Amino acid sequence: MSGSSNLVAMKKIVQQLRFEASINRVKVSQAAADLQQFCMQNALQDPLLTGVSSSTNPFRPQKVCSFL
Amino acid sequence: MCDQTFLAITFGPCDSCSENRPLMNLYIKTEPINYCSLCMEIMACQGLASGETLKSLKAESETLRKKLEEERKKLHDVELEKVAEKAEALGELNMKTRRTLKGHGNKVLCMDWCKDKRRIVSSSQDGKVIVWDAFTTNKEHAVTMPTTWVMACAYAPSGCAIACGGLDNKCSVYPLSLDKDENLSAKKKSVAMHTNYLSGCTFTNSDMQILTSSGDGTSALWDVESGQLLQSFHGHSADVLTLDLAPSETGNTFVSGGSDKKANVWDLRSGQNVQSFDTHDSDINCVKYYPSGDAFASASDDSTCRLFDLRADREVSIYSKDSIIFGAASVDFSLSGRLLFAGYNDYTINVWDVLKGTRVAILFGHENRVSSLRVSPDGTAFCSGSWDNTLRIWA
Repeated sequence: MSGSSNLVAMKKIVQQLRFEASINRVKVSQAAADLQQFCMQNALQDPLLTGVSSSTNPFRPQKVCSFL
Repeated sequence: MCDQTFLAITFGPCDSCSENRPLMNLYIKTEPINYCSLCMEIMACQGLASGETLKSLKAESETLRKKLEEERKKLHDVELEKVAEKAEALGELNMKTRRTLKGHGNKVLCMDWCKDKRRIVSSSQDGKVIVWDAFTTNKEHAVTMPTTWVMACAYAPSGCAIACGGLDNKCSVYPLSLDKDENLSAKKKSVAMHTNYLSGCTFTNSDMQILTSSGDGTSALWDVESGQLLQSFHGHSADVLTLDLAPSETGNTFVSGGSDKKANVWDLRSGQNVQSFDTHDSDINCVKYYPSGDAFASASDDSTCRLFDLRADREVSIYSKDSIIFGAASVDFSLSGRLLFAGYNDYTINVWDVLKGTRVAILFGHENRVSSLRVSPDGTAFCSGSWDNTLRIWA
């Protein structure tokens, strides 16, 4: 009977919403500060950010020549 | 009276009537309950008797949704861009195509790096899956799948196997051998079985388990050796298009995005949907975790990429421009998480400053849609696959 399967579906939705409403949340200012801190801490180890020289980056060409 | 058709994952004795039937697995207050469909109906009607009508449940779900909205709003005290104002602006990025991998006969749909930072596996519409050495651009292995549109491929953490799948609704694992002449198809192992196309696959921390997502709306965790289903994840109301596993330090969760415009975070062990985000206006084509595991980014057909923070439980940044009108198909973070690379359907790759929300660079080069994009494991380069049949390595 589609009526009771709607009921089962509805119950599942309500249970899921109850679960989601109960989780602990952090303020955006705190979360944003943490994201920024992670970026800063790891910035030096990020080759794409700091730009690695040709000798250490295996993909950059070692010879001095221009690519068109 | 006919009850709904459902995907039966287990078959066995029902918890209440003890008869051997296909079982529906339900969780009530995190307790798993395995009832056959008949007992489920009875239980549902009993639930009705204790005062919960369909109407009252609908009303409760509305109030809960409103409550969720309020809770999330309360925490929104500042924008990420404001917090990041004090951060240094990024200098000019000098990125160019360093290698072009040619060899696919048709659109490249997916690619993945090997942990050795040099090998790449890519799959295409014509059914070919190729393993490349990115330094030399040589092809190391090639497999022809018995299906076209191989939409998902992944490299095993050990580097000894690859997994791929697509319109065949399966995920197959091919162990790679050092012997170039060996026929890889002979050793093929079918691991996952879905009822619709395979949209994404990834190995978990070992070669032994694979996580898959499918057009049938579910994701699933499989054991590679036995092909057994270990856990399935139901909750999307349309095709699941993408998934990403949390970085290993942060625990057993993964995020999936689908055509229902939602991104859901799941617990691997319990199968529970722990968080859900639905601010996108169109299909979510790709999701990727931030390197710390506390956030994830998504790329969507609504031409925006968004950053969702898991601890604040909301969207914290949106990367878009009025001049960008084509959908974004793929995203990835640089190692520090400061840069977000996104491939779009207008053939370009945009590089965004994650903290400030501004675009740092546009990379041109591909002659058709950029379908997939991944940063290498050591962060020295990233690779993009496109519908122009090539892959490009940028550094």
